[in-house]
Order: sequence, then C-alpha cells, then structure tokens
Amino acid sequence: MSTLTKFSAIPYTGPAPTNRSPYLPAGVEQIDARALEIGAKIASPDLEHEAGQDMPTFVVERGKIVDALRALRDHQDLQFTLPLDLWGVDYPRRRDVGRFDVMYQLYSLKNNERVRLKVHVREDESVPTSVGVFRGYNWFEREVWDMFGIRFEGHPNLRRILCHEAFQGHALRKDYDPAQRWLLTEKDIAKIIPTIVLPREESDFEQVTLNLGPSHPATHGTLRIVVTLDGETIIGAESEIGYLHRCFEKMSETHTYQQVIPFTDRLNYCSAIINNVGYCMAVEKLLAIEAPPRAQHIRLMLSEFMRIADHIVCIGANLVDMGALTNFWYLFQPREEILGLVESCCGARLLPSYTRIGGLAVDAPSDFLSNAQRLVDKLPKYIDDVDKLVTRNRIFLDRVVGVAPITAADAINFGFTGPCLRACGVPYDVRKAQPYGGYETYDFDVPIAEAGDTNARYLVRMEEMRQSIRIIQQGIDRGLPAGPVIVNDPYVALPPKAKVYNEMESLIYHFKLIMHGIQPPVGEVYFRVEGANGELGFYVVSDGTKNPYRVRVRPPCFPIFEAYSHMIIGQTIPDAIAALGSLNIIAGELDH
Amino acid sequence: MIPEPLMRYLVWPTVKFLVAFVIVQVVVAAMTYIERRVLAFMQARLGPNRVGPWGLFQAIADPVKLMLKEDIVPANAEKVGYFLGPMLPLIPAFVVFCLIPFGPPPTFVVTHVNVGLLLILALTSTGVYGIILGGWASNNKFSLMGGLRSAAQMVSYEVPFGLSIVGVLMLTGSFDLVRIVRYQESHAWNVLPQLVGCFIFLVAMTAENNRAPFDLPEAESELVAGFHTEYSGMKFAFYFLAEYAAMLVNSCLMVSLFFGGWSLGGVIMGRQVGLTTVNLQHLGLLGGVIGATIFLVKVMLFMVAYIWFRGTFPRFRFDQFMDLGLKWMIPLSLVNIVVTGILILAGAGTRYPAMGEVVLTLFGIVVIAAVILFLMKGPKPKARPAGVAHARRVSEV
Repeated sequence: MSTLTKFSAIPYTGPAPTNRSPYLPAGVEQIDARALEIGAKIASPDLEHEAGQDMPTFVVERGKIVDALRALRDHQDLQFTLPLDLWGVDYPRRRDVGRFDVMYQLYSLKNNERVRLKVHVREDESVPTSVGVFRGYNWFEREVWDMFGIRFEGHPNLRRILCHEAFQGHALRKDYDPAQRWLLTEKDIAKIIPTIVLPREESDFEQVTLNLGPSHPATHGTLRIVVTLDGETIIGAESEIGYLHRCFEKMSETHTYQQVIPFTDRLNYCSAIINNVGYCMAVEKLLAIEAPPRAQHIRLMLSEFMRIADHIVCIGANLVDMGALTNFWYLFQPREEILGLVESCCGARLLPSYTRIGGLAVDAPSDFLSNAQRLVDKLPKYIDDVDKLVTRNRIFLDRVVGVAPITAADAINFGFTGPCLRACGVPYDVRKAQPYGGYETYDFDVPIAEAGDTNARYLVRMEEMRQSIRIIQQGIDRGLPAGPVIVNDPYVALPPKAKVYNEMESLIYHFKLIMHGIQPPVGEVYFRVEGANGELGFYVVSDGTKNPYRVRVRPPCFPIFEAYSHMIIGQTIPDAIAALGSLNIIAGELDH
Repeated sequence: MIPEPLMRYLVWPTVKFLVAFVIVQVVVAAMTYIERRVLAFMQARLGPNRVGPWGLFQAIADPVKLMLKEDIVPANAEKVGYFLGPMLPLIPAFVVFCLIPFGPPPTFVVTHVNVGLLLILALTSTGVYGIILGGWASNNKFSLMGGLRSAAQMVSYEVPFGLSIVGVLMLTGSFDLVRIVRYQESHAWNVLPQLVGCFIFLVAMTAENNRAPFDLPEAESELVAGFHTEYSGMKFAFYFLAEYAAMLVNSCLMVSLFFGGWSLGGVIMGRQVGLTTVNLQHLGLLGGVIGATIFLVKVMLFMVAYIWFRGTFPRFRFDQFMDLGLKWMIPLSLVNIVVTGILILAGAGTRYPAMGEVVLTLFGIVVIAAVILFLMKGPKPKARPAGVAHARRVSEV
C-alpha cells in the first residue's frame, strides 16, 4: 500500500507523511486464516479476500454484493445475521477500480465474529440495493447516497436522509467544497413531506396526518415523525431525521486526530465519555498502542457511570412521556452527582472530552475512589425507589406491556444492538462478546428480557444500571493502578510541561505534536465499544497525515430509529410516544 | 334605606359572592404556588423560591407575566370560538361558588338553594364546552384531538360522577348541601357508609378536572399541550383559572358530601359535641369564621391530594381510561346504589336503623379491599414479559 497515490485527493502541502510502515493489525495471521475459511465455506469466486485487515475482509464485485450478503447471512455455519454497518469511503485518485468503496460490516451472533465486504464503485456506477437481505440497510444506503451520491438500484425510497432536500452535491466526497451554503426555502419544504404507504384499506372515517416533531415535547431532540391516524390509531408512519446533522464525519477530515475528540462528545451527549473512549481506542488500535492500566481503569469506571447516567435520562424521560413526572427529577439527582464526579476529573460535566489518544487528559483526583464509593452506595436506593413507584404500577404496566414489540428476528434484521436488542432476548453485549479495556476481568451479567416490548426495554435498562454498579464496585475494590495516565510515547502524547520547559527534545516533540499532530500509519481500522444504546463503532482510515482521511461512526440509534416507524403501525399515539422514549433515540448520535 | 327583600335577595348575595370570588382567586393563586412547591418537594427539587420570601410572590408574578404576554391568535383560527373558548369554562366555575356553603348558615352561605347539588352538577358539566370550542377553533390538530378527548372524557365521567353521589342523596334525603352537612353531624361522615361512592367520586372528580393521571386532553408529551396549545397570555390563564376553580369546586363538594363540611364534631346521644353547626352558630361571626377555616383546611387536603396524584401516577392511555370509566366505574356505582338502597330499607324496618349504615361501611371496606387486591395482582399473565433473566456469557457459548 503506497501512501499518497491511493489516498490523497487534494495536492498535499503539509508536513511529510509518516515514514512508518503501513498498519498491520495484531493477530493478522489468524484473521487472514479465518477469512480464508469463510471464503472456502461460501465457495464463491466473487469473494476476493483482502489480506492485512483487522477483520476478515472481502472485495466483492458490484453486481454480486446482494448474493454475497445473502450467502453470508444464510450459511449454516456462519450466520452473519446482524447488519452492523454500511458506509462509503471516497478515494478520488484511485483510477484502477473506481473511486468509491462501499463497505458492509456484518456480525455473526453464532460465532461472535465480524466480516467486512468492500465494493469498488466508479462515479457513474450504481450498486444493487441490499434492503431485500437486511431491512436495516435501508437508511444506511440512503445515507451513502446522501453523502457520496452512490445510487442503489432498486432502493424503495432513495431520498436524502441527513442533508436537506435543497442540498446540492454530496458532502463526504473529497472534492466537495465545504464552504458552500445551501438554503432551504419554503419551496423546498414542500418536497420533504414524506409519502406514506398506507398499509390498511381506506376506512369510512377521515384520516388525519399529524406531524410529531421536529419540535414536539416527546421527541427529546429534533426528530420528526409523520403519522397518519385513523382515530388515534397510527396506520402509517415515516420518520424524518437530520435536523441535528453537524457533519461530524466531514469535520473530522479537516481536524487532527486529537481535535476530533470534542466532536465525539456531541454524538451521544448523555454518555459522552463512552464516545470518547470508543474513538480514542480506535485510534490507539491504529497506532498499535494501549493506554496505561490506570487510564484504562478510570475510563472503564467512568464509562459505567455514564451508562448509568444515560439510562437514567432514558428511563426518566420515558416515564415523563407517560405522565409520571416525579421519577425524572428524582433520578436526575444521582445523575447530577455522576456528572459532578466527571467534573472533578476534568472540569467539564456534560461534554467532558476527558480521554486523549493514548490515555487521559489529566489524572483523576485523589478522592476519586471515595467519591465513587459514595455514589455507588447511594445509587441503588434511587433505582429501588423508582422500581417501587413504577415497575409494578398498574397504570404503567397497562401502558407498556405489549406496546410496540419487536421480535428478535426483526430486531436482528434491522441491526439493533444494545438494550433494545437484549430486550428481545438476544444476549449480545460488546463488553462480553469482544471485551475491551479490561471488561474481560470483571464479573457482571448481561440482562435480557424476552418480550421485546416497551416494558422489556425498561426492565433491561433498570437491570443494566444495577450491573453497572456491580462493575464500578469491583473497580473501586481493586483500587486505581499506580502509574501514568497517558502513554509515554512522544509521537502520541504531549510530554509533561516541566520537561517541555527544560529539555530540548521534549520541546521539539511538543512542537511537532501541536503543529503536525499524531500521524498514525496508513491503514484502516474499526473499533467498537458498548455504548449506552448499543454498539458504538468507529471506523478510521489514515493516510499517514495528521488528519484522519475518513472517520465513520456507527451510531447505534440509527437502525433502531429506522425500525421505529415500523414498530408503531397499529399502535396509538400514546403508545408511540412511550415506545419512542424507551428506544432512547439521541438526536446527536442519530444525525451525527 | 334599601328595602328588606332587596337587601336579602340582591345586596347581601352580591357582597357575599364578591368576597367568595376574591377568596377563590386568592386560593387559586396560592394553589399554583403550593402545587409547584409540593411537587418540587416530592421530586427532590426546590420549586419557585426567588420571588419574595420563600418564593411566595411567584403567585403574583405568574398572573402578571401572563397578563403582559402577547395575545396570539392563530391566522386561520375561528375568531369567535377562539375568543369564547377560555371564557365559557370560567363562568360556571365561578357561579358554582355561590352555591357552596363555606361555613355554617346563614352568614357563610351565599345563596341557599334547596336543589343546590343538582344545580352544581348541571353547571360544572357545561365547562367542557369551552374546552371543545377552544380545541376546535384553534385550527390545530393537536388542539382538536385534545378537545375531542376532553369531550369523550367529560361526558363519560360525568355519569359515574353523578351516580356516586346518589348514595349520599339516598342516605340524607336531600339535594341541599347544608342539610347534607348537618345530616353528617347527627350520623357519621358519609365517607363511612359511602366508601365506594367516595372512592368513585374521588376518581371521577380527578378525571372531570383533566388532572393527572387523567390529564389526557392536555397530555403534554403526546398532544403538545392539548386543547390550549395555541393559547397564550390571559386566554391561557383563563383555562388555567377555570381548571383550578373546578378543582376547588370539586374539593368543596367532596368535603361537603363525604367529610362533614364545615363541622368538626357530631351529635352524640342528643348532645352537641365539638364544633357542630349549632355550637358554631352560638359563637356568632367567630363561629362562622372557625367553620369556614375548618372547611378550607379540609378542602386544601384534597387539593394537595390532586398534587399527590400528579406526583405519583403515570398517565392513562385513552382507551384504557375509557375502559375504566365505562366498564368499571359506572357498574360499580350502580352496584353501590342498589346495595345502599337495600340496606337503607332493611335498616329502616328494624329496631336499629343504624345497622344498615354499619353494614354499608363493611361493604365499602370489602369492595375497596377487593379493588386494591385486584390492582396488586398485575396484568394478565399472557401479556406478562418473561422478565429480566441473567444471561449467560456470550463469549462462553
């Protein structure tokens, strides 16, 4: 893999790219061997193995992609049933195989492994749609169309999804000029009224089309759901998103690796540290470094605290939507204290940007563990109180049991992860399945429920908070490991100020890092953490310069909200509101 | 000199009404403050605490703010209906206060009507028209749905609301609230023999007022703000005022019908014990004030109960809520009427007329216990989720 010819679009004027050798993942032999096994099982000439990747990767010919996906999904021994992600990458200088890569990532719940498929696409070519294989790919394909202008033949509804209808061009193409501004006028608004496919026969009564959102009290954040009502029963629904689109991926391409971290805060702003950790670990994987044990320990404990905080927001807001106001404010008190703990570490509360590539920004304060212990002692009481007030309340049960259910098979087909998937009885949790950052050494259970309805999601979240408390308690009992909180690597971490002022080398390293940033080896990498909503993945492509060539985030809400409009058909408005709250759609993450 | 009939039928009632009106205004204003403080206390918050001592002037600041706000009329609204909507519920809500005896007669009864209860029921039930009208005239789908919900809700809960009182009427034999209160002095508070009726009345009055957990017409998370989505400024305040005034009326009714009105005591073996009407009347104006205070305290307890409900319960879904009203409340109140009638007749024929009421009390306790047990049982098993199980470790599979 050469450096400049393949990757760079714009003539490069910055510092010389790294002369380090291209990225080679750890255990690449096993991955390649496994890839060959998978290839042999599928026994298709269309699957061409690409060696040296961090997961089994195949390059598939454009026309054969649907067959390949179906084969991987249906093969008895493989069962790649969970469509995790679909995204594009633009290499405008690549002449031989076409400019775009469309990437598919699948996960096998049976074998606990992932596979990545790549399709090379030229600018004038289109890809056959895979919605027929995985329903969840509907929105993902729309996003690729929106961002790259790659057409998906046969897609049922290939509209823009994150950008508005008056937008010209495709933003994630390397030759798109980000300085352009597109105004959405009244005339264009008429275009974005979604068409609704009515699943039922016309009834005698007049049907009403109602706009829930983008500014509606129950759509915490800016979502828009257009529903068609027969009485109060929803007979047609379509979701419209993108109101909080902030070009996270495009902005990342013009910032250094370190500068991307604050953007990740804004993804799921209810549990920002988990996003920080996910992104930093992705880059660390690319750099083949590991954060010191102390940093990992603090990261893990704060991640679990943030998970609790996120579930508190979700459950509290969900109950407010159902009219139970008290729980929201009552639960927000421990959440405030959790944020206070984060504040004691780094000074920020909601959007901490606490992690750095290679560790943490600063060390946790000396009373971190005692404060954490105080919180852990308090939290169960709050959770139990809400449990007592709500969980067996008859009105609450009538509102949630059997409301907006989704079967496990559907949930998997849509690409659900996290609590919403576990509420359907599928025990998939990244922390257990592919542990990272020390989770493998902790003792905790993954709660599941069977029903897949709003109540099940509520129960799973309640139980997950208790399991997180268990993890934190173990973390406190072990104590913080001694040592630094950031790696001692001058190409990655800033040297301490004392050294900068007193040593020539440190000053140079400091200067180089500030001016030229971290320059990881050339390559692509995917890393995932268990976010509060599900699998939060970061795919990073490096061309050896200080800026990421491409950062792709896999937001767990995205496929979940995609399924939402299917889940609420036949339900009433109050049910739809209750279900929306239980899915915990965070617009910042959804719209990246 | 004003002729005596004019004094009796016009001047005094007007003066009394104005006093009552002012008191109601003050109580409503105080209620907004109390509600926010009590809710805040339940929710581990502070509530309004900035304006004046302990935030007390918040009750004044709010109306002032509402008066100064711009009065927005949506472009395509039906102007007349939009204007009338907030007025209509306000009128009956205030007229009704003329009919409620706040203290021992004659001073603290504005007008003594011998079918007062019937008149109150008739007047309060007209309040729904304003809500429907406002919801429809706003030209907003959310408002319309709120208005429609409100119509269905009020109509269907009017029935158990009225039926739950019938037991009291049968016991006391009068529509006159003063006589009903005095009856309770010589017997027992009606809440005992009419436990079921009181229970139904409590639920129905909450529903009638659109208060949580029955606040479906305004259900903020579903219908934005329901029928008053488009209202601002003073028009919004009128809806608010009417709602609180109606809450106050219903609490007053509750106290008069079931909790002994202004009296705190009873007639035991022919002797006046405690603060009964006769004893209060002996004290003159002071007695009246004491009686009114007792009444107000009792009323405030129920007002706080409204807030308590709001702080505790999730909201019903509309169909479930109608189920509750039509399938449970109405049959239950009919059963209550039948059982009350039988036991009154049975008691009347014996040497112990009070027997019937004692048995009625026991009946009430049994029914309420059965309802509570039924609610504790939880939903039907087939709809029940399998619950949270501890999963096996995925990596070990």
